[in-house]
Amino acid sequence: MARLIDLLEAGTMVAAQRPWPRSVVEAAAWKYAGEQLAEGHWSLLGLWAEPEQVHMALREPASEQVGVISLACPEGHFPSIGHRHPPAIRLERSARDLFGLRPDGLEDTRPWLDHGCWPGGGRPEAAHYEFLPVEGPSLHQVPVGPVHAGIIEPGHFRFTANGETIVRLEERLGYVHKGIEKLMAGRDPTAAARLAARSSGDSTVAYGIGFALAVEAALQVPVPPRAHWLRALMAELERLANHLGDIGAVCNDAAFALMHTHCGALREQVLRTAQACFGHRLMRDRVVPGGVAVDLDDAGEAAVQTLLDHIGAEFPALVELYENTASLQDRTMGTGCLSSQLARQFGAGGYVGRASGQDRDARRRPGYAPYGELEFAVPSRMDGDVNARLWIRIEEVQQSMGMLRQILARLPAGEIRIDLPAAAGEGLSLVESFRGELLTWLRLDAAGRIERCHLRDPSWFQWPLLEAAVEGNIIADFPLCNKSFNCSYSGHDL
Amino acid sequence: MRKLLFQNLLRPPLTEPAPSPEAAELAALAARLDCAALQRLGHSLAIRQVDAGSCNGCELEIHALNNSYYDLERFGIRFVASPRHADVLLVTGPVSRNMRVALERTYAATPDPKWVISTGDCALDGGCFADSYAVIGGVGRVIPVDLHIPGCPPTPTELLRGLLTLLEAPQAAAEPPTTAP
Ligand code: SF4
Repeated sequence: MARLIDLLEAGTMVAAQRPWPRSVVEAAAWKYAGEQLAEGHWSLLGLWAEPEQVHMALREPASEQVGVISLACPEGHFPSIGHRHPPAIRLERSARDLFGLRPDGLEDTRPWLDHGCWPGGGRPEAAHYEFLPVEGPSLHQVPVGPVHAGIIEPGHFRFTANGETIVRLEERLGYVHKGIEKLMAGRDPTAAARLAARSSGDSTVAYGIGFALAVEAALQVPVPPRAHWLRALMAELERLANHLGDIGAVCNDAAFALMHTHCGALREQVLRTAQACFGHRLMRDRVVPGGVAVDLDDAGEAAVQTLLDHIGAEFPALVELYENTASLQDRTMGTGCLSSQLARQFGAGGYVGRASGQDRDARRRPGYAPYGELEFAVPSRMDGDVNARLWIRIEEVQQSMGMLRQILARLPAGEIRIDLPAAAGEGLSLVESFRGELLTWLRLDAAGRIERCHLRDPSWFQWPLLEAAVEGNIIADFPLCNKSFNCSYSGHDL
Repeated sequence: MRKLLFQNLLRPPLTEPAPSPEAAELAALAARLDCAALQRLGHSLAIRQVDAGSCNGCELEIHALNNSYYDLERFGIRFVASPRHADVLLVTGPVSRNMRVALERTYAATPDPKWVISTGDCALDGGCFADSYAVIGGVGRVIPVDLHIPGCPPTPTELLRGLLTLLEAPQAAAEPPTTAP
């Protein structure tokens, strides 16, 4: 069995790509990679296209090797990976919608992001979307969305149910596709970073870091240490805010409003601290290529310290409340179970993967500054139900608080931003958002402008698993399951 | 749980006083609204939120309106699950082309009298997404808009101020604000 590095070296290495290699390969090597994925030896990190070219980012867990392989497709088609490895299906359907490249052998030929509404045609079949047929006695369908009942992003869910029980869920996404990747083309990194930061508002810091790391890798510029530490501080505040919000919201979907109220107040305090420290509640546009835009002063440090003390005092009582409320756990335990086998196959990250036996965390492996210098645990559980996903969040709140304390204690002094040269290069980054691993790949032209940028939200490998997790549950438990996944629509649709 | 509830009885509430609506906003709005219709609603508004292509940042802050600090319901303003129950559509996003039909249908399903508030910078004119093939570029290009709340995203305080502007518009129409916009 050839290793990933052998496969990369057998192709034509692209000298400009950093920090992991990219290699242009032949169709046989592309297919071989597909087999390695299907057999579970490697995992898929992303698959995206350019005019006449497809790229696939891969990881070999045994060696921790990461790499990108590229295949030229001048004829307008390429061998499908999704044909044998389902996590690639939606990525390939999107590549076809956006670049017209046909995945050969992919059974599902339907469009994905193209709903037949874009000017200049698009795919003619996009206007009439057919859901997959479901056959069997006593089945009925319930269509939900794209406009949902709550304050939530748009997407369509087609339930096939037998009585109350969900027999199958089929998702249809793409409603909030904004063409972000295309908008980035031709912009300088600073302007494009603003678009990256608006891919998924709840992960704006993580997207900012992912984009900045990719640019800095492409240009091979070292960012001042203080900037890395401040980025981590913002990233952990973002994680804290999102997890606190989610813990409350999951309980609220089980009609336990008390938890929602208390977690909502804690979340608000995190956002207010962010406002006080960095001048924006979501810390948007505070991470920039080359460093960070705002420094943290003494008053800011004190504010974060006060926040940590406050949450440290309040949060344990809420955890205890969750633990001691049997009626609440009755709703969350055994609900929406995701098998570790599926989580592994899809390379699911974040609380979705970790609640189903995975322990992947980009902060640890491959790792990026300053996390190598911070002590933290990556929680993992086996049950794969709503309860497990909630507990992962609880434990991650505790871990993030620990990291924030370490950052405050050891924040290095110095510069926070450097100027970027205008030069060509290619960069790849893997960053841990609160939802999981986020991939950013980009190529800069000779003037230092974005030629092509691809952002792969963790939700790409989590949305399909939601379909599996709700099977056999009652429709009334769907909001609970969905909230426990909390996938991004905008990050996915882009 | 009892301990937690008991503590809450003794603690002062977290809820903060309401921000005052801005005179300029009020004047601009009063000129455009059918105030008699709004007056009929009394001080009660039912809002249906529609995400027409947002990045979800605006939704996060709209959610925050319901937390203990802002406690939107104390003003008689509440979010409803169906456009059929709504007086106001609170629309976010640059309106992606893929959401156009859904937005039009939601508007059509909302009974008269109704008002539309476009929320967030990209809902005004597409914001940073304006040049894309995949967006229409502003809520106003699809349905008539009565009030815009700027920000990326607008903070809960700014959202609250915008909503109160709408509620207080009839009075504003009766006695026009002294500060010229
Ligand atoms: S205004 Fe800003 S926060 Fe709101 S949806 Fe648009 S980009 Fe996101």
